[in-house]
Amino acid sequence: MSLDTTTLLAILAMAVVTYVTRIAGLFVADRLVLTGRAKAAFDAIPPAVLVAVIAPTALTTGWAEAIAAAVTALAAFRLPLLGTVAVGVVSVVVLRSLL
Amino acid sequence: MVMDQANPFAVSYRREIRAGLRDIAPVVVAAIPISLLFGAVAAAKGLSPLEVTVMSALVFAGGAQFAAIETWIHPAPILTLAFATLLINARHVLMGASLSPKVQMSQVQRFLSFFFLTDEAWALSERRALERPVTTAYWVAMGGVLWANWTFFSALGAVLGSFLGDPERIGADFAFTALFIGLVAGFGRSRVTLITVAVSAGVAALVHHFIGAPWHVASGALAGIAAASLAAPQDAPQDAPREARS
Repeated sequence: MSLDTTTLLAILAMAVVTYVTRIAGLFVADRLVLTGRAKAAFDAIPPAVLVAVIAPTALTTGWAEAIAAAVTALAAFRLPLLGTVAVGVVSVVVLRSLL
Repeated sequence: MVMDQANPFAVSYRREIRAGLRDIAPVVVAAIPISLLFGAVAAAKGLSPLEVTVMSALVFAGGAQFAAIETWIHPAPILTLAFATLLINARHVLMGASLSPKVQMSQVQRFLSFFFLTDEAWALSERRALERPVTTAYWVAMGGVLWANWTFFSALGAVLGSFLGDPERIGADFAFTALFIGLVAGFGRSRVTLITVAVSAGVAALVHHFIGAPWHVASGALAGIAAASLAAPQDAPQDAPREARS
Protein backbone atom coordinates (compact mmCIF):
# COMPACT_ATOMS: atom_id res chain seq x y z
CA MET A 1 0.00 0.00 0.00
CA SER A 2 1.51 3.29 -1.03
CA LEU A 3 0.71 6.83 -0.04
CA ASP A 4 2.18 9.42 -2.40
CA THR A 5 2.99 12.76 -0.73
CA THR A 6 1.48 14.94 -3.46
CA THR A 7 -1.60 12.74 -3.61
CA LEU A 8 -1.96 12.97 0.17
CA LEU A 9 -1.64 16.77 0.04
CA ALA A 10 -4.29 16.94 -2.69
CA ILE A 11 -6.60 14.75 -0.63
CA LEU A 12 -6.04 16.90 2.45
CA ALA A 13 -6.75 20.07 0.44
CA MET A 14 -9.98 18.54 -0.85
CA ALA A 15 -10.91 17.47 2.69
CA VAL A 16 -10.28 20.91 4.20
CA VAL A 17 -12.19 22.72 1.43
CA THR A 18 -15.11 20.31 1.78
CA TYR A 19 -15.26 20.65 5.58
CA VAL A 20 -15.20 24.45 5.28
CA THR A 21 -18.18 24.36 2.88
CA ARG A 22 -19.99 22.09 5.35
CA ILE A 23 -19.65 24.45 8.32
CA ALA A 24 -19.77 27.78 6.45
CA GLY A 25 -23.57 27.69 6.41
CA LEU A 26 -23.59 27.69 10.22
CA PHE A 27 -22.22 31.22 10.25
CA VAL A 28 -25.05 32.74 8.22
CA ALA A 29 -28.02 30.62 9.27
CA ASP A 30 -28.91 32.28 12.57
CA ARG A 31 -29.13 35.72 10.97
CA LEU A 32 -31.66 34.65 8.39
CA VAL A 33 -35.29 35.54 9.01
CA LEU A 34 -37.11 34.83 5.80
CA THR A 35 -40.54 35.63 4.44
CA GLY A 36 -42.25 35.68 1.05
CA ARG A 37 -40.02 35.34 -1.98
CA ALA A 38 -36.82 34.98 0.02
CA LYS A 39 -38.35 32.09 1.92
CA ALA A 40 -39.54 30.47 -1.31
CA ALA A 41 -36.00 30.77 -2.66
CA PHE A 42 -34.53 29.23 0.48
CA ASP A 43 -37.05 26.38 0.50
CA ALA A 44 -36.17 25.67 -3.13
CA ILE A 45 -32.51 24.99 -2.32
CA PRO A 46 -32.90 21.24 -1.66
CA PRO A 47 -34.62 20.19 -4.91
CA ALA A 48 -32.68 22.75 -6.99
CA VAL A 49 -29.30 21.45 -5.82
CA LEU A 50 -30.17 17.77 -6.10
CA VAL A 51 -31.59 18.19 -9.61
CA ALA A 52 -28.61 20.25 -10.83
CA VAL A 53 -26.19 17.50 -9.76
CA ILE A 54 -27.92 14.75 -11.78
CA ALA A 55 -29.34 16.73 -14.73
CA PRO A 56 -26.46 16.00 -17.15
CA THR A 57 -26.66 12.23 -16.54
CA ALA A 58 -30.45 12.19 -16.64
CA LEU A 59 -31.05 14.47 -19.61
CA THR A 60 -28.09 14.66 -21.99
CA THR A 61 -26.36 11.27 -21.82
CA GLY A 62 -28.76 9.46 -24.13
CA TRP A 63 -32.31 8.25 -24.66
CA ALA A 64 -31.91 5.25 -22.36
CA GLU A 65 -30.90 7.44 -19.44
CA ALA A 66 -33.52 10.13 -20.17
CA ILE A 67 -36.39 7.63 -20.39
CA ALA A 68 -35.11 5.74 -17.34
CA ALA A 69 -35.02 9.04 -15.43
CA ALA A 70 -38.65 9.72 -16.38
CA VAL A 71 -39.68 6.20 -15.33
CA THR A 72 -37.78 6.64 -12.07
CA ALA A 73 -39.51 9.96 -11.41
CA LEU A 74 -42.93 8.32 -11.87
CA ALA A 75 -41.91 5.51 -9.52
CA ALA A 76 -40.56 8.00 -6.98
CA PHE A 77 -44.06 9.26 -6.12
CA ARG A 78 -45.37 5.75 -5.49
CA LEU A 79 -42.48 3.72 -4.06
CA PRO A 80 -40.12 3.98 -1.08
CA LEU A 81 -36.58 5.18 -1.80
CA LEU A 82 -35.00 1.77 -2.31
CA GLY A 83 -37.78 0.69 -4.67
CA THR A 84 -37.23 3.87 -6.67
CA VAL A 85 -33.52 3.12 -7.02
CA ALA A 86 -34.29 -0.46 -8.08
CA VAL A 87 -36.74 0.74 -10.73
CA GLY A 88 -34.16 3.22 -12.01
CA VAL A 89 -31.32 0.71 -12.26
CA VAL A 90 -33.44 -2.02 -13.85
CA SER A 91 -35.04 0.34 -16.36
CA VAL A 92 -31.70 1.80 -17.46
CA VAL A 93 -30.27 -1.68 -18.00
CA VAL A 94 -33.34 -2.77 -20.01
CA LEU A 95 -33.42 0.45 -22.05
CA ARG A 96 -29.70 0.31 -22.80
CA SER A 97 -30.09 -3.20 -24.18
CA LEU A 98 -33.11 -2.20 -26.29
CA LEU A 99 -32.04 1.18 -27.66
CA MET B 1 -44.90 4.22 30.45
CA VAL B 2 -43.48 4.33 33.98
CA MET B 3 -40.09 3.44 32.57
CA ASP B 4 -40.45 6.13 29.91
CA GLN B 5 -41.01 8.66 32.65
CA ALA B 6 -38.06 7.31 34.63
CA ASN B 7 -35.66 8.05 31.80
CA PRO B 8 -37.35 9.81 28.93
CA PHE B 9 -34.05 11.09 27.56
CA ALA B 10 -32.55 7.64 26.99
CA VAL B 11 -35.76 6.44 25.37
CA SER B 12 -35.99 9.33 22.93
CA TYR B 13 -32.24 9.05 22.28
CA ARG B 14 -32.64 5.42 21.21
CA ARG B 15 -35.73 6.28 19.23
CA GLU B 16 -33.88 9.04 17.37
CA ILE B 17 -31.00 6.69 16.51
CA ARG B 18 -33.46 4.07 15.28
CA ALA B 19 -35.27 6.68 13.17
CA GLY B 20 -31.96 7.80 11.68
CA LEU B 21 -30.91 4.26 10.82
CA ARG B 22 -34.33 3.48 9.35
CA ASP B 23 -34.32 6.61 7.16
CA ILE B 24 -30.75 6.18 5.91
CA ALA B 25 -31.01 2.41 5.23
CA PRO B 26 -32.21 2.65 1.61
CA VAL B 27 -29.55 5.30 0.92
CA VAL B 28 -26.86 3.03 2.36
CA VAL B 29 -27.94 0.13 0.15
CA ALA B 30 -28.06 2.35 -2.95
CA ALA B 31 -24.65 3.81 -2.07
CA ILE B 32 -22.88 0.43 -2.02
CA PRO B 33 -22.59 0.00 -5.82
CA ILE B 34 -21.69 3.69 -6.15
CA SER B 35 -18.93 3.32 -3.52
CA LEU B 36 -17.56 0.18 -5.18
CA LEU B 37 -17.65 2.00 -8.51
CA PHE B 38 -15.74 4.96 -7.09
CA GLY B 39 -13.03 2.74 -5.61
CA ALA B 40 -12.66 0.80 -8.85
CA VAL B 41 -12.44 3.95 -11.00
CA ALA B 42 -9.95 5.56 -8.63
CA ALA B 43 -7.77 2.45 -8.65
CA ALA B 44 -7.89 2.45 -12.45
CA LYS B 45 -6.55 6.03 -12.34
CA GLY B 46 -3.55 4.83 -10.34
CA LEU B 47 -4.55 5.54 -6.76
CA SER B 48 -3.59 2.88 -4.25
CA PRO B 49 -6.29 1.29 -2.07
CA LEU B 50 -4.83 3.19 0.91
CA GLU B 51 -5.09 6.52 -0.93
CA VAL B 52 -8.68 5.75 -1.93
CA THR B 53 -9.54 4.88 1.67
CA VAL B 54 -7.95 8.06 3.04
CA MET B 55 -9.75 10.19 0.45
CA SER B 56 -13.17 8.67 1.13
CA ALA B 57 -12.68 8.87 4.91
CA LEU B 58 -11.51 12.50 4.95
CA VAL B 59 -13.37 14.10 2.02
CA PHE B 60 -16.59 12.02 2.23
CA ALA B 61 -18.20 13.78 -0.74
CA GLY B 62 -19.13 11.53 -3.66
CA GLY B 63 -19.74 14.18 -6.32
CA ALA B 64 -16.46 15.99 -5.66
CA GLN B 65 -14.51 12.75 -5.44
CA PHE B 66 -15.89 11.42 -8.72
CA ALA B 67 -15.09 14.74 -10.40
CA ALA B 68 -11.56 14.72 -8.96
CA ILE B 69 -10.90 11.16 -10.07
CA GLU B 70 -12.27 11.86 -13.54
CA THR B 71 -9.60 14.53 -14.06
CA TRP B 72 -6.86 12.90 -11.95
CA ILE B 73 -3.26 13.11 -13.21
CA HIS B 74 0.12 12.37 -11.60
CA PRO B 75 1.44 14.31 -9.79
CA ALA B 76 -1.90 15.53 -8.45
CA PRO B 77 -2.67 19.21 -9.29
CA ILE B 78 -3.44 20.29 -5.73
CA LEU B 79 -4.87 23.77 -6.42
CA THR B 80 -6.97 22.66 -9.39
CA LEU B 81 -8.46 19.80 -7.38
CA ALA B 82 -9.13 22.06 -4.40
CA PHE B 83 -10.90 24.60 -6.63
CA ALA B 84 -13.05 22.00 -8.39
CA THR B 85 -13.95 20.61 -4.96
CA LEU B 86 -14.95 24.08 -3.80
CA LEU B 87 -17.18 24.59 -6.85
CA ILE B 88 -18.93 21.27 -6.49
CA ASN B 89 -19.33 21.49 -2.73
CA ALA B 90 -20.31 25.16 -2.56
CA ARG B 91 -23.88 23.88 -2.34
CA HIS B 92 -23.05 22.70 1.20
CA VAL B 93 -23.04 26.33 2.33
CA LEU B 94 -26.69 26.75 1.33
CA MET B 95 -27.60 23.33 2.66
CA GLY B 96 -25.92 23.95 6.02
CA ALA B 97 -27.53 27.37 6.36
CA SER B 98 -30.92 25.88 5.59
CA LEU B 99 -30.58 22.95 8.00
CA SER B 100 -28.79 24.69 10.87
CA PRO B 101 -31.89 26.34 12.45
CA LYS B 102 -33.72 23.01 12.31
CA VAL B 103 -31.22 20.95 14.32
CA GLN B 104 -31.29 20.61 18.10
CA MET B 105 -27.57 20.80 18.84
CA SER B 106 -25.02 22.76 20.83
CA GLN B 107 -22.68 24.92 18.77
CA VAL B 108 -19.78 22.49 19.30
CA GLN B 109 -21.93 19.52 18.26
CA ARG B 110 -22.97 21.47 15.19
CA PHE B 111 -19.38 22.17 14.10
CA LEU B 112 -18.25 18.59 14.66
CA SER B 113 -21.28 16.77 13.32
CA PHE B 114 -21.67 18.89 10.19
CA PHE B 115 -18.68 16.95 8.89
CA PHE B 116 -21.41 14.41 8.10
CA LEU B 117 -23.29 16.83 5.82
CA THR B 118 -24.11 15.00 2.59
CA ASP B 119 -26.86 15.46 0.01
CA GLU B 120 -28.65 12.35 1.20
CA ALA B 121 -28.51 12.85 4.99
CA TRP B 122 -29.36 16.49 4.51
CA ALA B 123 -32.35 15.81 2.24
CA LEU B 124 -33.73 13.26 4.71
CA SER B 125 -33.20 15.68 7.60
CA GLU B 126 -34.92 18.51 5.76
CA ARG B 127 -37.88 16.21 5.22
CA ARG B 128 -37.90 15.18 8.89
CA ALA B 129 -37.60 18.83 9.92
CA LEU B 130 -40.99 19.49 8.31
CA GLU B 131 -42.46 17.56 11.27
CA ARG B 132 -39.94 17.76 14.11
CA PRO B 133 -36.50 19.14 14.96
CA VAL B 134 -33.46 17.11 13.90
CA THR B 135 -31.53 15.77 16.91
CA THR B 136 -27.82 15.04 17.21
CA ALA B 137 -28.59 11.34 17.70
CA TYR B 138 -30.63 11.20 14.49
CA TRP B 139 -28.07 13.15 12.46
CA VAL B 140 -24.95 11.34 13.71
CA ALA B 141 -26.56 7.91 13.36
CA MET B 142 -27.30 8.66 9.70
CA GLY B 143 -23.99 10.38 9.01
CA GLY B 144 -21.84 7.81 10.81
CA VAL B 145 -23.37 4.84 9.01
CA LEU B 146 -23.19 6.57 5.65
CA TRP B 147 -19.55 7.54 6.28
CA ALA B 148 -18.49 4.02 7.31
CA ASN B 149 -20.37 2.57 4.35
CA TRP B 150 -18.77 4.95 1.84
CA THR B 151 -15.26 4.50 3.23
CA PHE B 152 -15.46 0.71 3.48
CA PHE B 153 -17.00 0.03 0.09
CA SER B 154 -14.85 2.49 -1.84
CA ALA B 155 -11.79 0.79 -0.27
CA LEU B 156 -13.22 -2.58 -1.25
CA GLY B 157 -13.88 -1.27 -4.76
CA ALA B 158 -10.25 -0.16 -5.05
CA VAL B 159 -9.02 -3.59 -3.93
CA LEU B 160 -11.39 -5.52 -6.21
CA GLY B 161 -10.81 -3.06 -9.06
CA SER B 162 -11.19 -4.69 -12.40
CA PHE B 163 -12.87 -7.81 -10.97
CA LEU B 164 -16.13 -5.87 -10.80
CA GLY B 165 -16.49 -5.67 -14.56
CA ASP B 166 -18.20 -2.89 -16.46
CA PRO B 167 -20.41 -0.92 -14.05
CA GLU B 168 -22.62 0.28 -16.91
CA ARG B 169 -23.58 -3.26 -17.79
CA ILE B 170 -25.28 -3.74 -14.39
CA GLY B 171 -26.68 -0.19 -14.31
CA ALA B 172 -24.70 0.65 -11.16
CA ASP B 173 -23.71 4.03 -12.60
CA PHE B 174 -27.39 5.03 -12.67
CA ALA B 175 -28.05 4.20 -9.00
CA PHE B 176 -26.80 7.65 -7.95
CA THR B 177 -29.16 9.41 -10.40
CA ALA B 178 -32.14 7.26 -9.36
CA LEU B 179 -31.36 7.90 -5.69
CA PHE B 180 -31.40 11.66 -6.23
CA ILE B 181 -34.67 11.50 -8.18
CA GLY B 182 -36.20 9.65 -5.24
CA LEU B 183 -34.91 12.27 -2.80
CA VAL B 184 -36.26 15.14 -4.93
CA ALA B 185 -39.70 13.49 -5.06
CA GLY B 186 -39.71 13.71 -1.26
CA PHE B 187 -40.11 17.46 -1.55
CA GLY B 188 -43.55 17.12 -3.14
CA ARG B 189 -44.99 18.47 -6.36
CA SER B 190 -46.28 21.92 -5.58
CA ARG B 191 -46.26 24.40 -8.45
CA VAL B 192 -43.17 26.19 -7.12
CA THR B 193 -41.29 22.91 -6.62
CA LEU B 194 -42.08 21.73 -10.16
CA ILE B 195 -40.90 25.05 -11.61
CA THR B 196 -37.74 24.85 -9.50
CA VAL B 197 -36.97 21.32 -10.71
CA ALA B 198 -37.65 22.13 -14.38
CA VAL B 199 -35.49 25.28 -14.43
CA SER B 200 -32.67 23.76 -12.41
CA ALA B 201 -32.58 20.66 -14.63
CA GLY B 202 -32.70 22.66 -17.85
CA VAL B 203 -30.00 25.13 -16.91
CA ALA B 204 -27.72 22.48 -15.40
CA ALA B 205 -28.01 20.29 -18.51
CA LEU B 206 -27.31 23.23 -20.85
CA VAL B 207 -24.37 24.52 -18.83
CA HIS B 208 -22.92 21.02 -18.57
CA HIS B 209 -23.25 20.58 -22.34
CA PHE B 210 -21.88 23.96 -23.43
CA ILE B 211 -19.47 24.87 -20.61
CA GLY B 212 -18.83 21.63 -18.74
CA ALA B 213 -18.48 20.23 -15.23
CA PRO B 214 -18.45 21.31 -12.47
CA TRP B 215 -20.14 24.62 -13.39
CA HIS B 216 -23.52 23.00 -14.00
CA VAL B 217 -24.12 22.37 -10.27
CA ALA B 218 -23.88 25.95 -9.03
CA SER B 219 -25.53 27.53 -12.10
CA GLY B 220 -28.41 25.03 -12.24
CA ALA B 221 -29.07 25.32 -8.51
CA LEU B 222 -28.99 29.13 -8.56
CA ALA B 223 -31.31 29.27 -11.59
CA GLY B 224 -33.78 26.93 -9.88
CA ILE B 225 -33.67 28.98 -6.69
CA ALA B 226 -34.22 32.22 -8.62
CA ALA B 227 -37.15 30.66 -10.48
CA ALA B 228 -38.74 29.59 -7.19
CA SER B 229 -38.40 33.10 -5.86
CA LEU B 230 -40.04 34.56 -8.99
CA ALA B 231 -42.79 31.92 -9.04
CA ALA B 232 -43.75 32.41 -5.41
CA PRO B 233 -46.53 34.82 -4.45
CA GLN B 234 -44.95 38.10 -3.34
CA ASP B 235 -46.15 37.90 0.24
CA ALA B 236 -46.54 34.20 0.77
CA PRO B 237 -48.13 33.29 4.08
CA GLN B 238 -45.73 32.21 6.78
CA ASP B 239 -44.98 28.54 7.12
CA ALA B 240 -47.00 28.04 10.27
CA PRO B 241 -45.47 24.86 11.79
CA ARG B 242 -41.93 25.99 11.22
CA GLU B 243 -42.62 29.42 12.69
CA ALA B 244 -44.23 27.90 15.76
CA ARG B 245 -41.12 25.91 16.51
CA SER B 246 -38.53 28.63 16.29
